[in-house]
Amino acid sequence: MTDSIAALGRTTINALTVFGRAFIFLIRMLASLDIVFRRFGLTLVQVYSVGVRSLLIIVVSGLFVGMVLAYQGYITLVNFGAAEALGGVVALSLVRELGPVVTALLFAGRAGSALTAELGLMKTTEQLSAMEMMAVNPYRRIFAPRFVAGFLSMPLLAAIFSAVGVMGGYLVGVGLLGVDSGAYFSQMQSVTDWNEDVLSGVIKSIVFGFVVTWIAVFQGFNAQPTSEGISRATTQTVVVSSLAVLGLDFILTGLMFGAG
Amino acid sequence: MADPAVEDSPHIVIENLCFRRGRKMIFDDLSMRIPRGQVTTVMGPSGSGKTTLLRLVGGQLRPDKGRIWVDGQEVARLSTRRLYALRKRMGMLFQSGALLTDLSVFENVAFPLREHTDLPEDVLHALVLLKLEAVGLRAARDLDPATLSGGMARRVALARAIALDPDLILYDEPFTGLDPITMGQIVSLIRRTNQSLGLTSVLVSHDVTEAMAISDQVVLIADGRVVDAGPPDELEARASDWSAQFLQGRPDGPVPFHYPGASYRDDLLGQGERRDD
Repeated sequence: MTDSIAALGRTTINALTVFGRAFIFLIRMLASLDIVFRRFGLTLVQVYSVGVRSLLIIVVSGLFVGMVLAYQGYITLVNFGAAEALGGVVALSLVRELGPVVTALLFAGRAGSALTAELGLMKTTEQLSAMEMMAVNPYRRIFAPRFVAGFLSMPLLAAIFSAVGVMGGYLVGVGLLGVDSGAYFSQMQSVTDWNEDVLSGVIKSIVFGFVVTWIAVFQGFNAQPTSEGISRATTQTVVVSSLAVLGLDFILTGLMFGAG
Repeated sequence: MADPAVEDSPHIVIENLCFRRGRKMIFDDLSMRIPRGQVTTVMGPSGSGKTTLLRLVGGQLRPDKGRIWVDGQEVARLSTRRLYALRKRMGMLFQSGALLTDLSVFENVAFPLREHTDLPEDVLHALVLLKLEAVGLRAARDLDPATLSGGMARRVALARAIALDPDLILYDEPFTGLDPITMGQIVSLIRRTNQSLGLTSVLVSHDVTEAMAISDQVVLIADGRVVDAGPPDELEARASDWSAQFLQGRPDGPVPFHYPGASYRDDLLGQGERRDD
């Protein structure tokens, strides 16, 4: 009995310690952000690495999610004689929810895990230590540009995901199922509100970008410098950031649409 | 003009250093002075905290007790800015080389110059080639660090460590895992670098032959303290039992071959009794 209480206490203290370290890490990283303005090239390289290189998976997933949405939406809507509303259904689902959330989950798996593995390996091979000994602050040179790159890339990727999804929906809805092309887009335009729908999706993806990249970079920094440590840190990045995205999505949706 | 008081003062002074990792005491009241402009090797058995000592000198770790001065500045009390200013005058060669894997050999050596100076590209290019020529790897400048052998990586790391013309250079196990030719190259490079640049070199190593051949001063540490210190020939002449065992590599002596525990006889008998139960 006492043992299990002690174990619970130990686990709680360990979790709080890690959270505290992650928070201190974030503060130090934010304090180093001036490097992004002074040497934007460093961030640009990372935008290519975490953003551009994630494009393929985002585009392919967006296309298929849009196509499936159109199928499912059509089956339901056609029963009510409202097949013309398909464009609105596809666009709203993508812009409000699926765009930010699925992009964040894919981003955690593709770019987050790569960031963690890269930083963990840099720590294991003493590259971060060597940098410190060369009087180069790794928070400025390594962590801050990667963090900002992730944070900038996520809303852009989510926007691409939603746009490609809309095109996927068009291919299936209009091309395959015979929905009127004009109706598809005019419905989309009339039901999608800039502030309520598009902006709320953008805010979500900014928040997800912040959290996923923070977790990924911190896990790399905090990894045990062994091969097992890196593997554990990479898994943690995907698991923790996916759960964080889903949890935050619930809270943000509640805040944005709950009151209405 | 150089101040004679500074010229004669030790480069590194360590006083009553205590440092523990978890429950294990690594240094227990360790004191030493490392003279300026010489090659000093800190030797000791594996796990005696030699690398930790370099990290303490470089300010990457803080002592639990005691003080460390480098060039008259107490490392643990420096602000981040002043610590970084001190590190610019300090080079460190890591055992693995610790080259940045996303940069070429040339860019690795150029890295500290790009970070800390605003040199025009042609001057920087000439400087990097000069440093690479000094370690014999000018022609390898376009290679990827992943394609280098251990010895080559260490030579590139040495070129990088001397890029900013430091006055102190710390070597972490520079001889470990090298073939005889590469070992000879590294030994001669360390000696030559020390002489031509007039810098203070601190090595941590357990390769007795090379370390004794190259060093002006040798410090032996064990169990968290300095066991013996002095020039290599003096040390060999007056070696204590422990030092003699270490320097001559004898398997048994003051450091026993067997891990301490109950006697073999008791253990065997004890085992027999338990089986009868």
